[in-house]
Amino acid sequence: MLYREAGDFKTSYASDNQTFPIRFDRAAYWVAIAAAFLVVPMVLGDYWANSIVIPFLIYVIAALGLNILIGYTGLLSLGTAAFMAVGAYATFKLTTAFPGMPIYIVFLLSGLVTSAVGVLFGLPSLKIKGFYLAVATLAAQFFLIWLFTRVEWFYNYSPTGQISMPERSMFGVIITGASASSTAVYFTCLIFTVAMAWLARNLTRGTMGRTWMAIRDMDIAAEIIGVNPLIAKLSSFAVSSFFVGVAGALTFGVYLGAAEAGEAFSINKSFLVLFMVIIGGLGSILGSFLGAAFLVVLPVLLKLMLVDGFGWPADLARHLEVMIIGALIIVVLIVEPHGMAALWRTIKEKLRLWPFPH
Amino acid sequence: MKMMKIAALLAASAVAAPVAAQDLHFPMLNYRTGPYAPGGIPFADGYQDYLTLINERDGGIGGLPIRTTECETAYNTERGVECYESVRGDNPLVIQPLSTGITYQLIPRVTADGIPLHTMGYGRTSAMEGETFPWVFNYPANYWDGASVAINHLLAQNDGSLDGKKIVLVYHNSAYGREPIRTLEILSERLGFEFLPIAVDHPGQEQGSQWLQIRRERPDYVLMWGWGVMNAVAIQEAANIRFPMDHFIGIWWSGSENDVLPVGAGADGYTALTFHGVGTDYPVYSDIQEYVVGRGLAAGAGDQIGSAVYSRGLYAAMLAVEAARTAQELAGHAQITPAEMRAGMEALSISEERLTELGLPGFSAPFDVSCQNHGGSGAAMLQQWDADTQSWSLISDWIEADRELIGELAAEDASVFAQENNITPGCL
Repeated sequence: MLYREAGDFKTSYASDNQTFPIRFDRAAYWVAIAAAFLVVPMVLGDYWANSIVIPFLIYVIAALGLNILIGYTGLLSLGTAAFMAVGAYATFKLTTAFPGMPIYIVFLLSGLVTSAVGVLFGLPSLKIKGFYLAVATLAAQFFLIWLFTRVEWFYNYSPTGQISMPERSMFGVIITGASASSTAVYFTCLIFTVAMAWLARNLTRGTMGRTWMAIRDMDIAAEIIGVNPLIAKLSSFAVSSFFVGVAGALTFGVYLGAAEAGEAFSINKSFLVLFMVIIGGLGSILGSFLGAAFLVVLPVLLKLMLVDGFGWPADLARHLEVMIIGALIIVVLIVEPHGMAALWRTIKEKLRLWPFPH
Repeated sequence: MKMMKIAALLAASAVAAPVAAQDLHFPMLNYRTGPYAPGGIPFADGYQDYLTLINERDGGIGGLPIRTTECETAYNTERGVECYESVRGDNPLVIQPLSTGITYQLIPRVTADGIPLHTMGYGRTSAMEGETFPWVFNYPANYWDGASVAINHLLAQNDGSLDGKKIVLVYHNSAYGREPIRTLEILSERLGFEFLPIAVDHPGQEQGSQWLQIRRERPDYVLMWGWGVMNAVAIQEAANIRFPMDHFIGIWWSGSENDVLPVGAGADGYTALTFHGVGTDYPVYSDIQEYVVGRGLAAGAGDQIGSAVYSRGLYAAMLAVEAARTAQELAGHAQITPAEMRAGMEALSISEERLTELGLPGFSAPFDVSCQNHGGSGAAMLQQWDADTQSWSLISDWIEADRELIGELAAEDASVFAQENNITPGCL
């Protein structure tokens, strides 16, 4: 009834090509944005901000980045955590070398540094694809983490190899360090997430995104119709690594505050982001949000329910949590092999017909 | 976006702060799951059982009952942060994460929030400089003390000279394992022994290449900074290459029953450092049997009582309770705040008489904490494994660490930290 195209006339090319062709979606989008910027900061407690919302927003950026590579370009990567580590260590080196540099600029520059590293490790993708490329990116994972734990320059010769984020502020508001308010950190993550999601959406539906998808669907055919595979694949690695690098910078800078390459950016994290992309939906911006929510927010909510709600022992709850999440992953993939975003697409089709399906 | 709306709604219902009750809150950041659970479980059991004992036998501290809350970190830093966030608004008296990685994350946070952090025998060594780290304590001993004690023990065994000897360090490749390297490097320069660090990556189930290298290098002694499954694998590998076990010394985190039992007879004679007594020959254990086990209140499965890491958990709880008692005396009232607890920890004095009163005679080296020194005495003993009786026995008296050298190194590291974080060192 409410959810339909009928009556919503598109009178220009711009309106015909818009992200949300349905009026209801557009309204929901603006309401969500307004709520995120105006309502959530009012009601968000420290615990909810620091342990649920902020990691969720950061993982969304990482999932968006990996989705560009896997979902849109069809290049499998297992080096996500290593690229996040590049972002984190770039932030550390930049901000300790230039303490006066605005911290948002540091985060963006860290993304660019990661981008360059990503292109370097993306070079094998010109020759190999599929599982073989996955193995090549696995090499990035092991090599980069090895580099960050062995070369003392990266952690400023601290005796333990831990990097710690010093306090930095923007416009007089403390953004990083322990004294930063959770509202400031929330806004930082929100601004980056919204901007990056907007960027990802517009890149993927423009020329660049179309060349990526052409490569994904059939690289030989794409080459014949004039897509340059070198540029398409490397640009995909560059953009993807930029996203992942910013996510790593934020993980270290505003979320954890201290990190160690082998622990915070281990291969488990690569898999976590990969699962987010697969469960959320390959080649979908919404899917990155859903996947991150599923794997970051759900475990904490489960823990709150089992431990604080039912008063069960913490270790039992943790074992159950692993089992429940595992079972849910299997259920989601059986019900909808194309991820939660595809589930949403089906719901949308049904909504269009509701309440008169025949 | 949709998720955030839901989160916002849930948040609105969750922010209502609990009413401050008349009790003393001791949060437990445990790990009973994950690859490091074999170390996490006994520590958690010991910590909880001692607090239960105080509640059951003495009715709490200063008449106020102890309230414990448990949060599972699985030795994962992100979960550790989540756990900290979940307890920090609830007047936690002292945080003990039992993880060096989580400690590094929490140091700036507890400093900003004003909550004491006690990292007993782990964490950031330079936190012993109380003027730079007013909220962090690592008494009674730290990793650099451990390294120095091990070397002092070897010096005593070799008539005061390690010249020309070769010592290998097998370490967990993390912040924890890298801690002693600098100290050992400096000691090797001073004492003239050859020092070779060999890293083992998390979790350490595969150490074939490392021990092949050790066999080739033929070191006189091997030191180990391991944790979890890495310990048992290393001891097994050492037994395989027939390395003399009494020349193999582990740090206190490499000295639990779980590390030596899987190796069987091969582990006989393996030594490890410890900064507290081992075994159940202390009067406090009969109280634990009577008030805790007898009443069906034992933590976990109740099968860890008396193990080496259980004793350490018990020791940590004992120090926390003593600090709370000191804090109550200083504050003049029983319902202490985290800030008053910090003052109590800084004024903590563990004497031989007090240990005897507590039913733990000789369990710990006596020490005093002060504003300048948050690191305690630094003394440790050596324990040796007997595979026949399947028990640890103490084979040395308290061995002092070279606190002059360690103080120098810690001051250097602390001043870098103070500079990076704009801290003016001083007493609170």
